[in-house]
Amino acid sequence: MRRFVRSHATELALLAVIAVICVFLSFATDRFFTLGNAFDLLNTSSVNIIFAVGLLVVLIAGGIDISFAVAASVVQYLAATVLGWIGGGNWIIGLIIAGALGVALGCINAFLIHGFRIISIVATISTFNIFFGLLMFFTGGVSIYNLPDWLTTRVVLFEREMADGTWAEITLPVLIMATCVFATWTLITRTTTGRQLYAFGDNPEGARRFGINIGAMQFIAFGWLGLMAGVAGLVQAHYAQEVVPNALYGRELDVLAAVVLGGARLGGGKGSVLGCILGVLLVSITQNGLNLMGVSPFAFKMIVGAIILAAITLSNTSIERLLPFLKSRRVPS
Amino acid sequence: MADQALDVAASRPLLSLRNVNMTFGGVKALKNVSFEVLPGEVHCLAGENGSGKSTLIKVITGVYRPEAGAVIDYDGQSYSHMSPVTAQASGIQVIWQDLALFPEMTVAENIAFQTVIGRWPRLVNYAEMRRVAINALQRLGVTLDVDRALHHFPIAQRQIVAIARALVGEAKLVFMDEPTASLTQSETDYLLDVVRNLSASGVAVVFVSHRLAEVLEISSRVTVLRDGALVGVYPTKGLTQSRITELMTGKTFDYSVLHRDLSRSPAMLEVKGLSRPGEFEDVSLTVRRGETLGITGLLGAGRTELALTLFGMRKPKSGSVVLDGKPVRFGSNRDAIAAGVAYLSEDRLSLGLIQPQAIADNMVIASLDKILSGGFISSDRKRSLVNRWIRDLGIRIGKQNDAISTLSGGNQQRVAIAKWLATEPKLLILDAPTVGVDVGARAGIFDIVSKLADSGLAIILISDEVPEVYFNTDRVLHMAQGRIVGEFTPGATTLQAIEEAVYA
Repeated sequence: MRRFVRSHATELALLAVIAVICVFLSFATDRFFTLGNAFDLLNTSSVNIIFAVGLLVVLIAGGIDISFAVAASVVQYLAATVLGWIGGGNWIIGLIIAGALGVALGCINAFLIHGFRIISIVATISTFNIFFGLLMFFTGGVSIYNLPDWLTTRVVLFEREMADGTWAEITLPVLIMATCVFATWTLITRTTTGRQLYAFGDNPEGARRFGINIGAMQFIAFGWLGLMAGVAGLVQAHYAQEVVPNALYGRELDVLAAVVLGGARLGGGKGSVLGCILGVLLVSITQNGLNLMGVSPFAFKMIVGAIILAAITLSNTSIERLLPFLKSRRVPS
Repeated sequence: MADQALDVAASRPLLSLRNVNMTFGGVKALKNVSFEVLPGEVHCLAGENGSGKSTLIKVITGVYRPEAGAVIDYDGQSYSHMSPVTAQASGIQVIWQDLALFPEMTVAENIAFQTVIGRWPRLVNYAEMRRVAINALQRLGVTLDVDRALHHFPIAQRQIVAIARALVGEAKLVFMDEPTASLTQSETDYLLDVVRNLSASGVAVVFVSHRLAEVLEISSRVTVLRDGALVGVYPTKGLTQSRITELMTGKTFDYSVLHRDLSRSPAMLEVKGLSRPGEFEDVSLTVRRGETLGITGLLGAGRTELALTLFGMRKPKSGSVVLDGKPVRFGSNRDAIAAGVAYLSEDRLSLGLIQPQAIADNMVIASLDKILSGGFISSDRKRSLVNRWIRDLGIRIGKQNDAISTLSGGNQQRVAIAKWLATEPKLLILDAPTVGVDVGARAGIFDIVSKLADSGLAIILISDEVPEVYFNTDRVLHMAQGRIVGEFTPGATTLQAIEEAVYA
């Protein structure tokens, strides 16, 4: 038990913060503490969680990626176009196409970073601009509303009528998200490749001396994020029922903040899937709660920013440092 | 020990090198060197920086290819050169100075990392990793919590992890490059015990160290290199530190204690009853102008904490400090620098110098206000300041704008000293100034210290090597568990008596 607390300090701190916010919201609003709202939260957080577990892999391998959200927009557009050509398709074909396109875009980043030894933040800021620039140029900023029927139909996996007559539903994005989460967890904690990614992020020179293929590490990390971004792009198009070229613009920083909040270290070697999910949930629970409380949406960003700061400080600092009086009372020397 | 030496002398060598020559850009790095290691032996490779030790290790591990004519006999096979792959596959392992470990991973993963290497991805077998790791640690006679992340452990235990990792690779011959450079005395003793266990289990160890006391303690034979050539191979029995130094440098050093009469010199620093609970208690000391005061003691004795407090980086709970006749109370180390206190950090590599930056920039970083002209840095003033210290301290550099990392340890330390001298201090605190510095270069640094003292500077020299403070200071204070427990005058007390008191 002590070992668990010690090695999961960030996750536990996040859980504590989430619990406090949940308790507060349960009393402050009458809608928050319902099954329907909990399922809503899961449905709406799915896209960000898929992005987050992808980005987690890149952060663990010691990189960073700014371009994945606009890459997902590019994938949405290309996938919608390709699906139009082949005349419809279905979810399986859609996910394969979107995933493959995402992997290709991720590999462009890996190629720039490994082939030309460009540091990842610079390489991906460049591709962020290139991807977005190309997308806006070729689409002229025009959205696609004419999507295949299967993509715009809601798929309900589980539903239950509540006492007040509303329906609590779990939809397909949650299943896709759960699959992505499980796959990422397996990759990074259960396979030798995952441990090599951690080692590479932790000490690149040490990893090199062990004969780990550094290029392969970059392609796996950025390729995985590309895969997740492609899938998330398709899921987002399904959720929004349309493809808007700048819909995901700016999402990269929200996801990055959530992943770092979840204990992943900028610089590599550290981070967990659980922390990453909790990081995303903390942000979306806060937004959801503010929404239910009727707070102006213009205040959201400000409050979310403050909560991220508070949570990061709490998970990085021991309680004794924040509240020194606790320590002096407990330790009579 | 003597019996063991006879035993190993009877067996056939595990490794035998002959006619090894290496040339880099017209400079002969190795001249016709031969080298021999017996199975299970602890063999020491001694030599100053640039004497060819690292080059020789790299030839044996296959990083460099020696010139034609070299013969490498290893474990019954003969090679004209090694490759890194054959070297590793046949059980030659190097424990690098920078360890190449993964701090965020657990001890078990670090030790058994070999098991997750391979061409194709597989599932990780954590139970197997734990078993392999515990096994390797058992062979070394060590117990560590293998499920804890490595960064929780002090550097000495990380060394153990690195050794255990080498064992997992079925090592027969392990090279340890300066394994104790950043360890304190007690940590070193612990590591040496582990090396003994390693050797007892049949693994030969080649030990490279600047600390000659250890060399004498751990090894059965010593091979000495100088300027790329073999000086000789000597049984450790019968060697002394000064004899090894002579062999390594080709010069004789006179080890004698200082004899300076400072009784009439005014006090520069007077500390009374200084305390920081948990770090040091009731410390009182005086340093006179022109005096060098030594402070020695084991790890955790509170030496560095005391130094940082005198330098204003920590605040004392009680007690008083008088500097040059004026009571002082520093709010930060900026106040201390302004008042004339300089502190040479114990960790030169990460704290003392900014490695990628130029020599000149490193030297002026603490005294930027002295080279200002109209509010901006004057490059003329900077150059003349840097030139002056390079000349005064005899620092050997290429160009002022070369990165500090291009210099040898001894010259880097001189730059670090120059950086503080440029602030025109009254009190200079040197914390472990010779860690990772050659024997020859050490003598150079202490020459400088001695001249500085003669010019009227008060100096505090902190070191856990008792001989270092014995031969280079006027008085020695012994610190233990945060208190000053003894005061000695070198010459009046024997070195042995102080060593016994400190290491008891």
